[in-house]
Amino acid sequence: MHPAFSVIFLTTLIGAGQGLFLALYTAQVYAAFNLLPAQDPVRFYALGSLVALILLVAGLGASFLHLGRPERAWRSAAMWRTSWLSREVIALPACMGAVAAWGLAHYSGWNPTLFMLGSLGVDLSFLIGAAATVLCFALFVCTGMIYACIKFLQEWATPLTVVNYILFGGASGFLLAAAFAAWKGLELVDFYGGWAIVMTALAFVTRSASLVRNARLKHKSTMQSAIGIRHARIEQKAQGAMAGSFNTREFFHGASPRKYRFVKWVFLVLVFPVPMLLITAGLATEAFGLLLAAFLVQYLGLLAERWFFFAQANHPQNLYYQTV
Amino acid sequence: VTQLALVIDLNVCVGCHACVTSCKEWNTSGTAGPMADMNPYGLDPTGTFFNRVQTFEVGQYPNTETVHFPKSCLHCEDPPCVPVCPTGASYKREEDGIVLVDSDKCIGCKYCSWACPYGARELDENQQIMKKCTLCVDRIYDESLPEAERKPACVNACPTNARLFGDVSDPDSEVSLAIRENGGYQLMPEWGTRPANHYLPRRKTRITIHADELVRADNPLKKERELPMPDAGDPTLDETTSW
Repeated sequence: MHPAFSVIFLTTLIGAGQGLFLALYTAQVYAAFNLLPAQDPVRFYALGSLVALILLVAGLGASFLHLGRPERAWRSAAMWRTSWLSREVIALPACMGAVAAWGLAHYSGWNPTLFMLGSLGVDLSFLIGAAATVLCFALFVCTGMIYACIKFLQEWATPLTVVNYILFGGASGFLLAAAFAAWKGLELVDFYGGWAIVMTALAFVTRSASLVRNARLKHKSTMQSAIGIRHARIEQKAQGAMAGSFNTREFFHGASPRKYRFVKWVFLVLVFPVPMLLITAGLATEAFGLLLAAFLVQYLGLLAERWFFFAQANHPQNLYYQTV
Repeated sequence: VTQLALVIDLNVCVGCHACVTSCKEWNTSGTAGPMADMNPYGLDPTGTFFNRVQTFEVGQYPNTETVHFPKSCLHCEDPPCVPVCPTGASYKREEDGIVLVDSDKCIGCKYCSWACPYGARELDENQQIMKKCTLCVDRIYDESLPEAERKPACVNACPTNARLFGDVSDPDSEVSLAIRENGGYQLMPEWGTRPANHYLPRRKTRITIHADELVRADNPLKKERELPMPDAGDPTLDETTSW
């Protein structure tokens, strides 16, 4: 598939935004159980959710660049019963709304305790945050399923696709939260940094698993099934167009084999080992700069990862365009 | 239910592209707007087509066959491009099974083209909406046309009659008969899309002639008997016998 930069930015930006919100809310939940110190609602939760919201809005903006007719985008919420893309179109604004409401509840201080659960006071922001958490995960599932549900794009049609989206989003979000906590000089740096390392390591396992799976993949469609002629040797002589067509532009990444392999190693290095080293160094010194660098390096790596995710998918229609 | 479809006979197609040009000619004036023609006289001409003819060489030289392969939307009975559409612009008509795109609802997200294993959908570069074969839906029901012309433009244009059009759900239709009797098949059956369009395979036509068939065994007029032939003036059998 041709990697579209609009979709690459959409998925990486909202992934980091969702991950950052989940990190912030995790701190609130832990604080409610006295496992972590309580944080300042305005300086930490409200400001942090603003950063998450900016990432989500930027992702939404990038998604508009993907559309041929962006002015009609409002129509795309219609077919949520059948289309994962439509479900994402609903989940993304819902998630943004919930994150904004959660931040606003903290910022305005309008956060009454609604009821008691044993000795735990459940306040308004706690409930909004729980809803936003559910929506964040729903959004991850929708984003992943957009790709995983197309069964003949066999590189994508695996549960690993959804798992990878969740773990990459979580890793980059918790890493950004660690940098944010270090900037604010809070005691949460170790907590976030630790989880960022754990999620990066888990993502390494699942992404490697999908790379191994795809390397061993046997495509179901062949030249023989594509044109229905049972002969071992079929060679294309004409594609039905003198120069390119939509089919030759949309479904081929167009990069040289060298660039293709290079991008794969770029993402394997930039997403996993380099940020891990930077986080470890950053946690030892509590340095904001190192942690921010770790996030930015990993984000760059995720852009390469998403490029490779698209480029690796081999669409069966390419069988009809053998000489591209 | 009715399921309109094309049956394309690969045994007969000569790869003349008449279906391609007639399709574009008819549909570029269709209700969905003109079909893009970018850089038509330049180095890299490109544009929107609903139908393309590709050519494959099968076998190893000198034992090769050239197969011309017309390719358009197959109007699947279980079209994977329809449920993925976020706006409902992509739909399959209940009454005749034609898969269409509502050009007023399409947002140009290209997701349906990803979800079509055959690459039958193309994004129009000018209008930025998805386009595809309509089976000439604006033609086949047009009662102002003579009945014989109420067929897709490509079917009318085909000089070798390689394209048949009809209802594949009716077992007695011309297309069902052709599929049944000539080994008609579907493309990429492995994905369960159940394409309505079928292809008829290449067929070998051979006759065996034995030596005795080259000479008339029964030759009452002695027209081909051994030499010497009788003189032209000799009476023939007709003249010497009374039938």
